[in-house]
Amino acid sequence: METAKQKLDETTLKSMFKTMVLIRKFEEQCKREADSGKLRGMHSSVGQEAVPTGICAHLKDGDYVLGTHRSHHHCIARGVDVSEMMAELLGRSTGTNKGKGGTMHIADITKGMLGANGVVGSNIPVATGAALSAKMRNTDNVSVVFFGDGASNQGALHEAMNLASIWKLPVIFVCENNRYAESTPSEYSIAGGSVADRASGYDMPGITVDGQSAVEMWEVSAEAVDRARAGNGPTLIEAMTYRYEGHFGADDTSQYRDSEEEEYYRDRDCIKRLREHLLEQELATEKELVDIEKTAESEIESASQFANQSPFPEIGELYSDVYTSYPHQKLVETGIVDEVLND
Amino acid sequence: MVQTQNETRSITFVQAVNEGLSQEMERDNTVFLMGEDIAGGAGRDDKEDAWGGPFRLTKGLIKKFGPERVRDTPISEAGFMGAGVGAAATGLRPVVDLMFVGFIGVCGDQIFNNAAKMHYMFGGKLPMPLTIMTSIGAGTNAAAQHSETLYSTFAHFPGLKCVVPSDPYTAKGLHVAAIRDPDPVIIFNHKMLMGRGTTAEVNQGLSYGIHVPEDIYEIPIGKANIVKEGTDITLIGLGYTTLLCVQALEELENAGYSVEVIDLLSISPLDEEAILNSVTKTKKVVIVDEDYPRCSVATDISALVAEQAFDYLDAPPVRVTSPHASVPYSLPLEMAFLPTKERVISAAASLLE
Repeated sequence: METAKQKLDETTLKSMFKTMVLIRKFEEQCKREADSGKLRGMHSSVGQEAVPTGICAHLKDGDYVLGTHRSHHHCIARGVDVSEMMAELLGRSTGTNKGKGGTMHIADITKGMLGANGVVGSNIPVATGAALSAKMRNTDNVSVVFFGDGASNQGALHEAMNLASIWKLPVIFVCENNRYAESTPSEYSIAGGSVADRASGYDMPGITVDGQSAVEMWEVSAEAVDRARAGNGPTLIEAMTYRYEGHFGADDTSQYRDSEEEEYYRDRDCIKRLREHLLEQELATEKELVDIEKTAESEIESASQFANQSPFPEIGELYSDVYTSYPHQKLVETGIVDEVLND
Repeated sequence: MVQTQNETRSITFVQAVNEGLSQEMERDNTVFLMGEDIAGGAGRDDKEDAWGGPFRLTKGLIKKFGPERVRDTPISEAGFMGAGVGAAATGLRPVVDLMFVGFIGVCGDQIFNNAAKMHYMFGGKLPMPLTIMTSIGAGTNAAAQHSETLYSTFAHFPGLKCVVPSDPYTAKGLHVAAIRDPDPVIIFNHKMLMGRGTTAEVNQGLSYGIHVPEDIYEIPIGKANIVKEGTDITLIGLGYTTLLCVQALEELENAGYSVEVIDLLSISPLDEEAILNSVTKTKKVVIVDEDYPRCSVATDISALVAEQAFDYLDAPPVRVTSPHASVPYSLPLEMAFLPTKERVISAAASLLE
């Protein structure tokens, strides 16, 4: 941790605030879309905005980000278009994935967002491969993979950390510890209690950070990203955070956690704290912040409008993209495809 | 499948599974459950049983049997599936819950290389009374990784038994039979059936789904059920597609045809005799299967019929399946992906006309 500390300037802070507000407004809009029946459930990232925002602020073109089933915040922090994301969530042809992937699988390759992933831990080795590729192609690009406390118990993480370490790959493993794997508390499922401590077994730095602080997240990430870019290998960051909502839309959190605990974390809300920080340090005026919030709101409004007005995919899309190249008649040989297409 | 028509005890698919597990755990104290959130709120006494599994199949069981026998696991499918293999090899009867069948990608090694092969490789000297239950099926807008059917993949492996309940009655009996079976058995529970009761469409004069006895019972693994006898055409279904066949049957009967519906229940071992007996009688067959068609159960049955009953057939077997494409998220695409009653009827009509 003794490298030269980068300075967190006013512009970056405001830009992070804007990103976090945009994420929150996006998730709130998702909830409204779900309430109106257009979206059949999703995994909300509200409460966890600071984690990807702090680290993605250090990324440049060509860097990679990989996510989880709960990845709207990763996508937005990486700059994926919110209109295309909303369209994807509503299953429209204008969505990031043409409506074929939905909430758990948003990807935007042009932005280096290599995809959210519905299988816990599944993306961690993939991120390691993207880092391997960045290194073998002699770029200084890095790969950032987000995963939860639940995924920290998957073998895939351990195999990938070992590989990344022996090959000194430019990957940053970011454990977003929101304390619950679905309904299972992390104090039950994680032996020893710390994910970050596991890094020492793989000869890489393991850092625990307050994931509800955008500033701390930014600072810790600065070192990890620098280290990766400089060719010095991977870092494991354990960001302590909290999801305010249930595991998915209909999940009632009171079944497995107390409201006092929820209030404690809501009190140290990452957006609220960054807002206070900006005002206290006189880095922004109240009016500036309100403007940012209003702009985000209208951006989300038009995203929703765009999504709702977009068409559903043509039924024939069911059979496109299965392969890049494959004789079509092989796909229709059961005779069912044509029948559906003719409907 | 002994039941009398005037008895009715109607419970949901989920309740039936829960009851079967509970009764078998009471009967045999070597049976225990493992899986993610099968109780939920693990380690917190006041929050015990927070979930009871994502489909509530195991709700309340931790209260009856305690955390030693109802074990919440970390998200470590390879680890706990392998632990199930080890426990089954050493005197216990584990029931391991694989939340969604797509997660097979994480623990395939333990199932395909260990559970399926150890008995054979070790000269028959190692028992493997492992039960795996998992959820399958599209139709819930859950996209490609959480909506697959995939039983064909499991059935491909010698050593594994594969069963697919189609209603609450078969669900309870097959879970009990799977636990008692000396071999590894995978139970595939369809998401569209879980939570579904003995609904009107399966109640109308048919020989299943009417009644779920309170007493514990087994449904024999490897035996298909003739849901309805008929002479003009055979419709073969499994799991959710049996329901589609039954729905199609009603319309086809109204149109004046005599339809036989077979509910496979087991896909490994496969009840070839029931299939061939029916097809040689009706001379026409439609196989309805939600799995991908390449190397699938439907394709296998089509080959069986073509090879063994060719001379009896009036027309080639017809398969109604999903296409050779991953499950799409967008609702209109997902609906086009799934086999439907309409597609079953149209396939049948093409043979009957």
